[in-house]
Amino acid sequence: MSYNWNWGVLLQDPYLGWLISGVGWTLAVSAAAWVIAFALGSIVGVARTLPNRFVRGAATAFVELFRNIPLLVQLFLWYFVVPELLPEDWGRWVKRDLPLPEYTTAVVGLGFYTASRVAEQVRSGIESIPRGQTLAGYASGLTTGQLYRYILLPVGYRLIIPPLTSEFLTIFKNSSLALTIGVLELTAQSRQITEYTFQGFEAFTAATVIYVVITLSVTAAMGLVERRARMPGFIAGGR
Amino acid sequence: MIEIRDLDKRYGDFHVLKRCSTSVAKGEVVVVCGPSGSGKSTLIKCVNGLEPFDSGTITVDGISVGDRRTDLPKLRARIGMVFQNFELYPHMTVTRNICLAQEKVLGRSRDEAEAKAASLLARVGLSDQAHKHPGQLSGGQQQRVAIARALAMDPIAMLFDEPTSALDPEMISEVLDVMVELAQEGMTMMVVTHEMGFARKVAGRVVFMDCGEIVEDADTASFFGSPRSPRAQAFLSKILDHV
Repeated sequence: MSYNWNWGVLLQDPYLGWLISGVGWTLAVSAAAWVIAFALGSIVGVARTLPNRFVRGAATAFVELFRNIPLLVQLFLWYFVVPELLPEDWGRWVKRDLPLPEYTTAVVGLGFYTASRVAEQVRSGIESIPRGQTLAGYASGLTTGQLYRYILLPVGYRLIIPPLTSEFLTIFKNSSLALTIGVLELTAQSRQITEYTFQGFEAFTAATVIYVVITLSVTAAMGLVERRARMPGFIAGGR
Repeated sequence: MIEIRDLDKRYGDFHVLKRCSTSVAKGEVVVVCGPSGSGKSTLIKCVNGLEPFDSGTITVDGISVGDRRTDLPKLRARIGMVFQNFELYPHMTVTRNICLAQEKVLGRSRDEAEAKAASLLARVGLSDQAHKHPGQLSGGQQQRVAIARALAMDPIAMLFDEPTSALDPEMISEVLDVMVELAQEGMTMMVVTHEMGFARKVAGRVVFMDCGEIVEDADTASFFGSPRSPRAQAFLSKILDHV
């Protein structure tokens, strides 16, 4: 294979700038989507454990809707179809005046999809707490809200830190799909560098290394959270 | 203090409680015993509304537990409960376990709650464990913390649901000692237990249940001396053979 290696291209203007900007968009999409995923996923996950049948049903419908359609299809739906389905005024606003339409759509699409997965983890965390804990909380006079606030959620979140870490990593990797609706994130920029310079190996090696650095940093940070949140003497926390 | 009248409950086809009636007077200790699956635990969980029931009435200090207008959290806060598996909150220290409901339910200040926790921990002999987490304590220690947690609410009555059944034999007595002391101080207590020694020592009355029915409800001396029903006789002869 005759290939002209040129790692220097990555440091040249404007390609270095493109990479940096790509990293910025990847982080911006992922972080904003994670905020939505965590907040909405927590609400939906808790709703699936509540006694009220209608609340539970609505939450289940949300989860099944957003986890059963491929993420790529969901992004296309949000970007191309949803604006057409909205009332005319709203649709026009989305198409004409929505700030950063590609970015916003990617954040919402990725956020809702990941929320459905976070919701299931939150639910499994809460449901894995022995029923006696709930009885003990109620017996001491706590209301349902207080029970969740002080016992079920603090313990439930601790139990799901490992799978939640994986979900957090996945959101960075899934953010690469945002390129399909025009967000110039890391993968899109690497592809663009390839098209301009034909140095595809270098460009995608750089992207790979950057993704790994990001995800390993997140893993390390979550490991710190896990250690700080451990419950001494409890099985899941070790001693 | 606790009045149970014609209490009836079914899980689908299974008749868990069949028209059960009994009462616990102020300052009285009543032991509820009987074979597994006889409905003892269900009965005691109905008293503070943790288990719903189909018909009959329960009143605690004159307040109807089954009445939909009753503020159940407020009523439960006045009734202490101790569980078979301790049910301490694993993410909190011993002190925080004892303070949580004091602060969030009774509205006590943190200082006030912690002072109360410290004095109760001294009483159950665990002052040196205050900053540990439940997972670092033995079963007997955890159950004593659970008793302190219930007492911190200044309850008008205490419910015990098989408090020693999950304990190793050598830890049972440290928990029973605390309960005996509590009984001797005049606490109103309803205790589901197989500890017949405890019943003999402090119970005023013994309620014997079988298959969801209260078969025998007698003062302690006559229950152990001359049980009337054949089922209670059979139960006692089996259980006392080995004592």
